[in-house]
Amino acid sequence: MSSTKYILGCFDDPDLMLDGISKLQKNSVPIYDVYTPMPIHGIEAKLGVKESRLGYAAFCFGCLGATVIFSIVYYTLVHDWPMNIGGKPNFAMPNFVPFTFEWTILFTAFGMVLTFFFATHLFPGRAPRVMDLRATDDRFVIAISAKGNTPHDDITRLLKEAGAVEIKHNERKYVSYE
Amino acid sequence: MSTHHQHSFDERFEFGGKAKTYSLIGIVLGVLGILFGFIGGEHGIQNTFSNLLLGSYYFVGVCVAGVFFLAYNYVAQAGWSVSFLRIPQAFARTLGIASVILAVIVVAGLLVKHEIVEEGKKVMAPYLYAHWATPGLTDPKSENYDAIITGKSAFLNVPFFFGTLIILLGLYTFFGKLLVDYSNNEDEVGGMFNYNKSFKISAIFLVVFGFTFPIYAFGTIMSLEAHWFSTMFGWYNLAAVHVSGLAVIALTLIILKQNGYFSWVNESHMQDLGKLIFGFSIFWTYVWFAQFFLTWYANIPEETVYFYKRWEPQYKWWFWLNIGLNFVAPLFLLMKNDDKRSLNRMKLACIIIIIGHWLDYYLMIMPGTIEKEHMFDLVEFVQDMAIFAGFAGLFTLIMLTALSKFKSLIPAKHPFVDESLHHHI
Repeated sequence: MSSTKYILGCFDDPDLMLDGISKLQKNSVPIYDVYTPMPIHGIEAKLGVKESRLGYAAFCFGCLGATVIFSIVYYTLVHDWPMNIGGKPNFAMPNFVPFTFEWTILFTAFGMVLTFFFATHLFPGRAPRVMDLRATDDRFVIAISAKGNTPHDDITRLLKEAGAVEIKHNERKYVSYE
Repeated sequence: MSTHHQHSFDERFEFGGKAKTYSLIGIVLGVLGILFGFIGGEHGIQNTFSNLLLGSYYFVGVCVAGVFFLAYNYVAQAGWSVSFLRIPQAFARTLGIASVILAVIVVAGLLVKHEIVEEGKKVMAPYLYAHWATPGLTDPKSENYDAIITGKSAFLNVPFFFGTLIILLGLYTFFGKLLVDYSNNEDEVGGMFNYNKSFKISAIFLVVFGFTFPIYAFGTIMSLEAHWFSTMFGWYNLAAVHVSGLAVIALTLIILKQNGYFSWVNESHMQDLGKLIFGFSIFWTYVWFAQFFLTWYANIPEETVYFYKRWEPQYKWWFWLNIGLNFVAPLFLLMKNDDKRSLNRMKLACIIIIIGHWLDYYLMIMPGTIEKEHMFDLVEFVQDMAIFAGFAGLFTLIMLTALSKFKSLIPAKHPFVDESLHHHI
């Protein structure tokens, strides 16, 4: 049994790579993922990537931010130590709007960044792991799991026909920048 | 051109059938509402004038928003919106008539007077702008002399007020006409010549519009309660005018699309329109709240009187409903991408926003012009709605007639037309 884990087809042209994806799909070869140096319009739909759920995370973080600051200010200014500020009632609702608004945005923004880091395994200080270093430079890479049923030679042939400039049979999933 | 589309660019809009019938029914309702008001005594006449001002201000606002939309799309060199630019262009073509109607109503409101008792003194007050246009307010010898109004009389006097109104509306109409004419000429000759001119005119328009729109709003609406002022008022009105105009653009587009026109408009266009409507609903809320918050916080009697009136039982529930319709509803109805892409969801949101901004204007105009005794007066409400229906019908009739005069529903030689046809986000 071959020790190859992933087969990578490296293209130097995004259109050729899209052709490659079509060819593989026509031959029912499941694609693990595609790595490109720049965003390619419409590729998610072509690959059937599920829609991002980042929006739901954003909504939840927004609600959390609003709740946190509202609770803090309610506790300090209304419950624990009520003060007379300009003759206004202690629980002066209009006053609560600006900072609730701001914290909603703050938590939404930070929360989305953290969610993104979590989902992509990117953290400050952590060396990112990629399947092919040149996918961040000038290569468009299709990764195919070698554990599928299609013979490796067929996959290689399909990629070559589509115009791949290089085909790699990797025994490790990731290479690291380290 | 090498476009691979299957759409017919020669498609013209045919105005007739149900759309025409409904708009005529609306106009008949409006006329009945006005007639009903004029047999209803002084209160009825006052309510009619207030509603006429509301309706025509809304009417002008929607058409001005059309010109504004055209202008900022040209200046931003936006491509996505090209496929439905004919709709704001039709709005721009309607602006002239809308301006004339507003001017006529303002003149009538200033000329038709009735006797009221103000602080024990009888005065002949006009039905509109009574707070500053009542004779004797600026005359020190008169018994109803008002020092505050006198101080503002450099701005609030009939010639200046009316002159500004005419000049500004004339300017906006003129810029709108130029943009439509350039687009029509572009359809005939092609090339970049007309696009470049549109860009330049749009940039000039935006500068003129930005600086003068607050003056227009101060004069036409804020001066109804002339003792009060708010520097936020102009922006607040610009936000209202813009978001309600966007909602009308989107609603027109959706209804036409559901009737088989604009086959080239796809869900990405709807999503972008939805983003604008969503964003500017939030912006409206931001400005609305900024005006309210500063007034509430400073707590100066001559400022708070404005909100004090709107906090009376007659208006309080409208006041809250206003926030519900114009902020809470679009916030939750249009938050998700899928919702902005759904025609039916967008339609619902647009209808709510259009009604919501009627209410927004209602709360700007009514408390300063009419004494209401009841929380809800059904007869008055029916009259309000009839006059609103009248203006909606009039707008539909004139705007769709203007739209049917375009040779095609798409500016086919606009330099960005391909980009718009392939718009995909």
